[in-house]
Amino acid sequence: MITLTDVQKAFGANRVLQGVNLNIASGTSMVIIGGSGTGKSVLLKSILGLVRPDSGTITLDDQDVTAKGRSGADRDAFLARFGMLFQGGALFDSLRVWENVAFRLMRGPKALPKPQARDAAIEKLRRVGLRPDTADLFPAELSGGMQKRVGLARAIAASPEIIFFDEPTTGLDPIMAGVINELIREIVVEMGATAMTITHDMSSVRAIADNVAMLHGGVIRWTGPVSEMDATPDPYVQQFIHGRADGPIESVR
Amino acid sequence: MIAGTLGAFGRPVLQAFAAVGRLGLFAGSVIGHALRPPFYLREFGQSLLQIGWFSLPVVGLTAIFTGGALALQIYAGGSRFNAEAVVPSIVAIGMARELGPVLGGLMVAARVASSIAAEIGTMKVTEQLDALVTLSTNPLKYLVVPRVVAATLAMPVLVGVGDAIGIMGGWLVGITRLDFNSAAYLKNTVDFLETWDVGSGMVKGAAFGFIVALMGCYHGMNSARGAQGVGAATKSAVVSASVLILAANYLLTEVFFTT
Repeated sequence: MITLTDVQKAFGANRVLQGVNLNIASGTSMVIIGGSGTGKSVLLKSILGLVRPDSGTITLDDQDVTAKGRSGADRDAFLARFGMLFQGGALFDSLRVWENVAFRLMRGPKALPKPQARDAAIEKLRRVGLRPDTADLFPAELSGGMQKRVGLARAIAASPEIIFFDEPTTGLDPIMAGVINELIREIVVEMGATAMTITHDMSSVRAIADNVAMLHGGVIRWTGPVSEMDATPDPYVQQFIHGRADGPIESVR
Repeated sequence: MIAGTLGAFGRPVLQAFAAVGRLGLFAGSVIGHALRPPFYLREFGQSLLQIGWFSLPVVGLTAIFTGGALALQIYAGGSRFNAEAVVPSIVAIGMARELGPVLGGLMVAARVASSIAAEIGTMKVTEQLDALVTLSTNPLKYLVVPRVVAATLAMPVLVGVGDAIGIMGGWLVGITRLDFNSAAYLKNTVDFLETWDVGSGMVKGAAFGFIVALMGCYHGMNSARGAQGVGAATKSAVVSASVLILAANYLLTEVFFTT
């Protein structure tokens, strides 16, 4: 269970998070929706410790992950529970595809020998629908959709308990977006992982989510099961999911 | 009015002190990580190749032309008081003590600090540094330490090679343009050049290598967003590395040769 309590974060005068409260139950898929610049990525990076909140607490299975003075080993053990698919893939340009996928597998106390790590990477590439001959290419030789799949393969390579997806379908055509959505749903169900996804794409929300939370004005405006999203009377959610220009959310931000 | 004027002078001074402090902490952190495992040997090897081996042509070309020009200048200047014979020894000492390390350092700064800053800056803006963290890998250890250690070790070798090529440039000009006897030129060079002349230049080279890689990494890691941010980081890396090389050269020369 991931629990965020009154999480606040400001960058100068810009108060991005103004008291976020949210629970994500283990084994469920939570999708965070909200307009551009509302702090969705900051929220996700706060949980991972890439951004330090100004105040509030974030707990993972009742352990405070924002506590200061955690040792490097503690932090490594914490991060080993996570996998993350970045918006642009964030693949390492200088490494081959299989080395990207096997990056975590080849490091740390449980590091696999190179041939085994390569085999494991190729297996994960197969899982996301990429042929084994992709393994020896460099990321720059791949299309955007293939890069997303490689990023997905890297995120799941070490079989993490928790997987974060940062705008997984941004920049993809509708068919490729659908393929990625299906893959994410399949993988999350198959691995029994806890998933947290940030997206603007309502087709992704419907394909991936068990629960949805809407972030607006630095707070969670609405949260509930995806099945109740369409019926909620919340005007912010209604404007967002129907993409209306008129409503309480200002179109110029 | 007075407070405003004082503020206008004080702010940049405070900012400069803050920048020096941040850089000092960064350098300390790099040295600390360089002494503790894990060590990324593959990244170190690649950095050694990129910084050392691939900088050889530019360092060599710089040295050969500098050695040649130095021979011409010393000959012209020395002829004013009938001291043309000092050309071989002054070229050798000048190259080994000053021009080899300084010009080599500046050329490597232009080539290496810029590429390191651009590479790491791009990695930052494309979230590759965040990705490293999520994969339980410290970017400082994985990206910065191998580059800084490789540059610190490679630069003395580059300086040594540059010295030899620069002296050869002086010799070529000496025997083809200035009517020196080849054997006499070489004997004069060897007789007057001391081990510490070469050694001090190589120590300077190590310091300049550290500065070049450190500034490239520091500005890359602190790059702002977008192409403009990476461009600014690259420019700052080259400028700051060059200025620091010249300042460090003066300080090291004071330490090595004025006592």
